[in-house]
Amino acid sequence: MRRWIWPSVVAAFAIAYPLLLSSPFQQRLGALVLLYAIAASAWNIVGGYAGQVSVGHVVFFGCGAYAAMGAYAKFGLSPLFGIPGGIVLAVGLAAIVGVPTLRLSGHYFSMATIAVAETMRLIVTNTEWLGAAVGLSGPTVPRNIFDLSFLSALPYYYLFLIILAITLAITWWMTNSRMGFYLRAIKDSERAARSLGAPASRTKLYAYMLSAALTSVAGALYAMMFGFVDPESGLGILISVKILIMAALGGAGLLFGPLVGAAILVPLEEISNSWLGGKGAGLTFVVYGAIIVLIARFQPGGLLSLLTRRGKPKTDTGASHAP
Amino acid sequence: MSFVLVQVIVGGLLLGAVYALFSSGLTLVWGMMNIVNFAHGDFVMLGMYVAYVVYTLMGGGPLLGAPLATLVLATLGIVVYFGLIRGIMKGPMLAQILGTFGLALLLRYSVFWWFGANFLSMPPNIVGGTYAFAGLRIEASRLLAGVVALLVTLGLHLLLTRTSLGSKMLAVAEDQTAAQLMGIRPDTMQAIAWAIAAGATGLAGALIANFFYIVPTVGETLGIVAFVTVSLGGFGSVPGALVAGLLIGVIESLSGYLIGAIYKDIVVYVLFLFFLWFRPQGLMGKM
Repeated sequence: MRRWIWPSVVAAFAIAYPLLLSSPFQQRLGALVLLYAIAASAWNIVGGYAGQVSVGHVVFFGCGAYAAMGAYAKFGLSPLFGIPGGIVLAVGLAAIVGVPTLRLSGHYFSMATIAVAETMRLIVTNTEWLGAAVGLSGPTVPRNIFDLSFLSALPYYYLFLIILAITLAITWWMTNSRMGFYLRAIKDSERAARSLGAPASRTKLYAYMLSAALTSVAGALYAMMFGFVDPESGLGILISVKILIMAALGGAGLLFGPLVGAAILVPLEEISNSWLGGKGAGLTFVVYGAIIVLIARFQPGGLLSLLTRRGKPKTDTGASHAP
Repeated sequence: MSFVLVQVIVGGLLLGAVYALFSSGLTLVWGMMNIVNFAHGDFVMLGMYVAYVVYTLMGGGPLLGAPLATLVLATLGIVVYFGLIRGIMKGPMLAQILGTFGLALLLRYSVFWWFGANFLSMPPNIVGGTYAFAGLRIEASRLLAGVVALLVTLGLHLLLTRTSLGSKMLAVAEDQTAAQLMGIRPDTMQAIAWAIAAGATGLAGALIANFFYIVPTVGETLGIVAFVTVSLGGFGSVPGALVAGLLIGVIESLSGYLIGAIYKDIVVYVLFLFFLWFRPQGLMGKM
């Protein structure tokens, strides 16, 4: 039961956070941490557990964001109705991209995902129906509660918390299922896993599609909170980069890694933006770049792997779950 | 064939030679160490900024800017090899991809922070005007870039295939341990490969700086162009990169002319995906 102590403390803190720190800035910050934690946890399924580094994950984020805003802007529906559409789009796209590229070695997959994301961004930027460079807007004045348009960040905070809990539950369930064992085997050595009968390509594809679906939900939530989406905020490669760095900093392939990464980097970015203003945007990414280089060079397992490495000899229950 | 079309194709070939030059750096490192440098396009961007700084501070043209950019980038290549690549080369795939990708961000946004996001450009007549050959009008700066890039790429191929240094580098690529037993230091050879690869990007950057827009994010597009070239030409093959680079230059300017300038990047990206899916070994490469 010892391994449940820390998660319980974290969960209790997460529920109480907006009541303890209740200024609008702090609540908004909390909601953003959770939002990025959802996206990074979704990335973690394919990037961390399956070991396939997708650098173009923003394309699924964009599917969700555009579907949610499109449901309102094009059909007058609540953005909520866009979520299933976004999931279908994202999963379909993941299948189209994944089937041919997941056969290839990891570098090719990363490059293909960049090319797909950039292609989509360029296409959307030049498509009048999707608002071109201006993008699509959500409801400015909520018609009813289902428009999910709130002034305060508090409702978003708890909504995101619920979705994050669901995302983490799915991830946890996946790691303990047959699929999780396959993924671990494939990540260790794909050749060995294949020779033992693990369906490598299919398992990687399922992980990619699951990750795409959850990422698209994160995109839809993002668009709802900000009330609009444009090619930069919905399909820009930098969103992928943020998601990826958060997961890698906390610990790719660890359940709570992305949450830890988001809890460190989102406040860092918000603070640097509010201190440095527009000039800070460039500097933030300089720091991001430096952080990834340092992680890759010295601690590829992420910050949380420091803890698990130290804790491993003591607990024998944790051994079977170690990556 | 119409006259304009010939003009477009010649322009594409000249730009394609520069693509071939910086892509051969990527293919060299990829083929030798099985490392994909995601910061490759940003190296080219740095080369452009070095040429720009040389011009604004000292008033020097490409005669001074190009060698200096080559030197600066080659030095950077060695620093990156010893500081980063050697450490992540044997690490997990995630570390390899993150390492060079983080480097790309670091370079791109350091430049962004220092120079701002504005489009910079060199004065139009920094390399004497425009030539007319048999009705074709060719800017001297593009002609210079194309010809120098072509010669250097061919020189690189000769260096790798005809000299003892090239043989040593190939030996390290083939089998590090065996090469070490023959008295070749893998570390030195790989550092030299990085110096050559990065130097090539510096030269390419300085050459296109004379007529390209100079902006911190240009490396992203150029990086993808390099990937397309390498995947088309087959990884590790300099002649492959040369043919593929010329081909992509032509395809890009033709699609820019026939479909519209906005779509030329889309055509290149889609071509890239198409090749990854149906012929990942490239046109001439082996897997």
